[in-house]
Amino acid sequence: MLLTDTENENQVHLHIASSADVVAARQQARALASQVGFSHSNLTVIATAVSEVVRNIVEYAKEGEVTITLINRGAYRKGVEIVAADQGPGIPEVSIVMRDGYSTRKGLGIGLPGARRLMDDFEIVSEVGKGTTVTMRKWVA
Amino acid sequence: MDVPILKQSRYLIASIQSALSDEDLLRLRDALADLVGRHRARGVIIDVTALDVLDSFATRTLRAIAYTTKLRGAETVIVGIQPDVAFAMVQLGLTLEDVPTSLDLEEGLAFLDQQLEESPAGP
Repeated sequence: MLLTDTENENQVHLHIASSADVVAARQQARALASQVGFSHSNLTVIATAVSEVVRNIVEYAKEGEVTITLINRGAYRKGVEIVAADQGPGIPEVSIVMRDGYSTRKGLGIGLPGARRLMDDFEIVSEVGKGTTVTMRKWVA
Repeated sequence: MDVPILKQSRYLIASIQSALSDEDLLRLRDALADLVGRHRARGVIIDVTALDVLDSFATRTLRAIAYTTKLRGAETVIVGIQPDVAFAMVQLGLTLEDVPTSLDLEEGLAFLDQQLEESPAGP
């Protein structure tokens, strides 16, 4: 579900509850990021990272929120920030999940560590029973 | 969004038209496993030219389709992976392992023709 903030066209907010929302999130991320001058291949990289992180929400938390924000602070600080937050079960040991090949369910174990490789900045905060928030950024080279 | 599947001689051609959700991909897998038997197909081409993202789930499902159809007697070839998509897949660490790929539909058909010629059952 798309809940565009009409006050701020540099930001898109989506409620995530199904795998169709995964597709919507990556399309919205691509569309928004295309406004700050990313190369076509970096737009694909961003869309792919969003797909992995948002699928994780559907997979483990069932639902959550994604906020995509353009960063436009002059010529040398252009980029996009994606915050994917859920109130799901949380991750007991983040360092284990971030290890390549680790998977508890149907993933390839590539989702989160893969998204980290695709983006420039990647932070994950998780608390068992409270939820998980992934914040990631890509800067226009 | 269901993927149209065309039959051309002994091949099935699944021509993906737009972005697919995980459920769409699983439906494609099931449809192809079924249609290979119904049409006695010897080859399957999945054209992903229209896909702007191949993430871990899509890649894994394409591999599953290729292995499933192989067990049903049909070789699958993936065609049309776009340059940017290939680049992102490499960065993400995704591979199609031993699933054959071709540049486009024409190359994919040529590949399957060659496979059938080489196989003892013949075309």
